[in-house]
Amino acid sequence: MEFFLSSMSVILRGTGVTVKLTVTSLFLGAIIAVFVALAQVYGKWWLNFIATAYERVLRSIPILIIMFMIFFGLPTFGIRFDPFIAAVISLGLRSSAYQSQIFRGALLAVSEGQIMAARSLGMTGVQTFFHISFPQAVRFSIAPMTNEFTIVLKDTSIAYALGVTELLREGTYIVSTTYEPLLIYSMCAAIYFVITFGTNKFVSIMEKGFAIPGYEVRGVERG
Amino acid sequence: MTHFIEVFFQALPLLMDGLKFTMELAIISIIFGLGIGMLIAILRVYGGKFSYTLSTAYVELIRGTPLLVQLFILYFSLPQIGIHLSPLVASIISFSLNSGAYQAEYIRGAIQSVERGQMKAAFSIGMTKWQSIRLVIMPQALRKVIPSWTNEFVYLIKYTSLAYLVGVPELTAQGEFVASRNFEFMNVFSGVALIYLSVILVITWLFSNLEKKVKIPGV
Repeated sequence: MEFFLSSMSVILRGTGVTVKLTVTSLFLGAIIAVFVALAQVYGKWWLNFIATAYERVLRSIPILIIMFMIFFGLPTFGIRFDPFIAAVISLGLRSSAYQSQIFRGALLAVSEGQIMAARSLGMTGVQTFFHISFPQAVRFSIAPMTNEFTIVLKDTSIAYALGVTELLREGTYIVSTTYEPLLIYSMCAAIYFVITFGTNKFVSIMEKGFAIPGYEVRGVERG
Repeated sequence: MTHFIEVFFQALPLLMDGLKFTMELAIISIIFGLGIGMLIAILRVYGGKFSYTLSTAYVELIRGTPLLVQLFILYFSLPQIGIHLSPLVASIISFSLNSGAYQAEYIRGAIQSVERGQMKAAFSIGMTKWQSIRLVIMPQALRKVIPSWTNEFVYLIKYTSLAYLVGVPELTAQGEFVASRNFEFMNVFSGVALIYLSVILVITWLFSNLEKKVKIPGV
């Protein structure tokens, strides 16, 4: 029992880092994703080309390699990050590629007629975007964003490789002193599961609250 | 740039050794995963209450936890009960189990998108339930699943890099090995990324061709 309590406090500390890692990466990803999606939807052909190349390349490289390039590769050019920051940047960049596709789809889902209606009212392009397209696109993005949250949360475990003391690494520290891998790693798995499952339930409730009546979009992607 | 090419070609033989393991991991796991996925999908759609609950629990548990944790559970805790797996075997098992859960969801969606009337039609010409699933529903469902299945294969290729963390000498591990000797981290890992990228492009292209080839005209 004593063993359980002492390891629980370490594991909860790791859980905190995992959550922090997830939220900051998603936030960074969301900011970049908006620009990538804008470039793809409204940009000139060369802007569109750069954004698409960015998105395709990041989606085709394993997250572990992205992490290694940022953590071990960038110091070649004199840029050094600590493991946590390197993990946030890698997860954020990779997530921005996926989020840009979610947001692009959502922007395109806003019907053409509404844009034309807004323009005919005399709104400028920028006004149309902020008052008409953006508020709807954000709502459309909520459901697929839950999937993205789940992916990022699960992939924070890969930050283990850089030595970030997140849930899995804290778990491994306990395993190396107690040698109870099955118990400890199952506890880690249970925590990840509770967070993903809880968030999915929470978001689906929130989604109903924010829904525009008559407008429902649900994306199916690997979560 | 010339420096990159030089480093890349020096590292290439070792990276190719790694690529062999990467492809072996990905191909074996996707095939086992397909078997598991088909079984789970059929249980979820046509099974009784018990098999539905069991297969749903499997899918939710696997999809709700990180692959790396699943791999660690398998690789580090099985020796506790006397089962010692090599890193390669442990990776293949955990990738197959993981991919199976995702593939089950794709196949389930495809099965449900086959018209209901076809099942009834199959029954009415005297087929048993198993025959109609095997001969009528599955051939159509598997065709429909190809696009998402390609996605899954791409995911799996990328996630095989995690096998490096339990000591399989696959592409990422070889890259790490080369880079830690010549200290060309950026160049070597860019090269590794380039290899992943090319493999994925080729596979996506192959499967989109396959999709066109096996398409049922008019459906």
